[in-house]
Amino acid sequence: MRLNGGALAYLGKVAAVLIKDVRAELRGREIFSTMTAFSVLAVLIFGMAFDLRVPRAEMIAPGVLWVVVLFTGVLGLNRSFGAEVDRGTLPSLLLAPVDRSALYFGKMLANLIFTLATALVILAVMFFIFDLNLFQPYNLVAMLLGVIGYVGVGTLFAALTANSRARETLLPILLLPVMVPVFVSGVALTAGVLDGKAWEDLSQWFGILAAFDAIFIVVAYLLFDLIWEDA
Amino acid sequence: MSASGLIVARNIVKRYGRKRVLNGVEMCVPQGQVMALLGSNGAGKSTLLRIISGLTKPDRGEVLLGGVSTSKAGHEIRRYIGLVAHAPLLYDNLSAWDNLHFFARLYDIQQPAVRVEAVLRAVDLWTRRNDPVRTYSRGMTQRLAIGRAILHDPPVLLLDEPDTGLDPSSAETLAQLIRMLSSGRRAILLTTHNLERAVAWADSISLLADGKIIWSTATEGLTSEKLRQVMTELEV
Repeated sequence: MRLNGGALAYLGKVAAVLIKDVRAELRGREIFSTMTAFSVLAVLIFGMAFDLRVPRAEMIAPGVLWVVVLFTGVLGLNRSFGAEVDRGTLPSLLLAPVDRSALYFGKMLANLIFTLATALVILAVMFFIFDLNLFQPYNLVAMLLGVIGYVGVGTLFAALTANSRARETLLPILLLPVMVPVFVSGVALTAGVLDGKAWEDLSQWFGILAAFDAIFIVVAYLLFDLIWEDA
Repeated sequence: MSASGLIVARNIVKRYGRKRVLNGVEMCVPQGQVMALLGSNGAGKSTLLRIISGLTKPDRGEVLLGGVSTSKAGHEIRRYIGLVAHAPLLYDNLSAWDNLHFFARLYDIQQPAVRVEAVLRAVDLWTRRNDPVRTYSRGMTQRLAIGRAILHDPPVLLLDEPDTGLDPSSAETLAQLIRMLSSGRRAILLTTHNLERAVAWADSISLLADGKIIWSTATEGLTSEKLRQVMTELEV
């Protein structure tokens, strides 16, 4: 029984890890500020790079959006467990009488909040740089589903690479290839939204994102305990 | 928990690559006792403490806490362990209160605010409870690290060189804390390089060398000079 002590106690521990990470971020401003600064710069650079050659911003905006989200997300994911290793606090988490999947979900939710908040900033910057309104309901749902899948796998891989000295390079090398379905579906959905496509044309891509999220979060839940054999 | 042998290590073997760090360690720390584990740098003291705490898996052998094998028990066995490691295991951006409150929630402590207040008063940090840990001195951080380790009132306390870097005043405060914690139902295993403190704080001393416990004795009647002489003879 993995929910030892009851589901409420389990959720309480997930919430404790989430609140701790958000509180530490509010005090230290280490992750979100870095992600935001990087994402704004990346959108600006893409804007300048494509400005002279691309006739319509709609042609490149979906790709720019998802590339920037994925690359920016790596920065936050790297710090998720990397900061615990650097501060030497990881053993205190692993010593707690907690099903380690609760640590996973707490960290995952914190990463979800940081990445979604950054994604909103990216959408706002793209509004000014590309003159495109991407705050459209279908696109926002696509962002939500895509980011859930991204941080679901990313949190697991961040834990896997946390103790590696080369984690900054190892994490994107491991993570980005697995993210291809999210990237392709996300770009297709954003492009579809900009092209004014109906739900019937978009639903298969939403289905792929939802299936990816469900499969990989279950896999991460099952595997997470095994990676701490010798932390 | 049984009355004797609260911490038992049986034939612990641990290799890192080709180096055999621990080579059949046997030890037993009874309830209500403090054992000091001494050895040179790299002797495997920290590795042994990590194995007892469950952070590292031994290649062979087993650890029993209160008669329960840690390899066979679920994650609830971690509730019996408090660890003070080289690093303080604290979030330096957060205050002492936030740190302990977070761990209180992880350990399912009833009425966490009451317990956190009691622990912060016990380690004499109540007046600084809202300050970020990064503003603390080494002694204060170490007291808070002990507070975190005893927050859930564990019967097994593992202290890995808790006196390193402390000034004499902070070391005396730490000594008082250890004396307070050693009374009653706990078993404490600590490592230190300071022989005077080992003799003063512990009920028994074990020397770790070549991956094994090569000498053990009670501290009653033992002086640090005698201990130093033994360690020189044994080339520890």
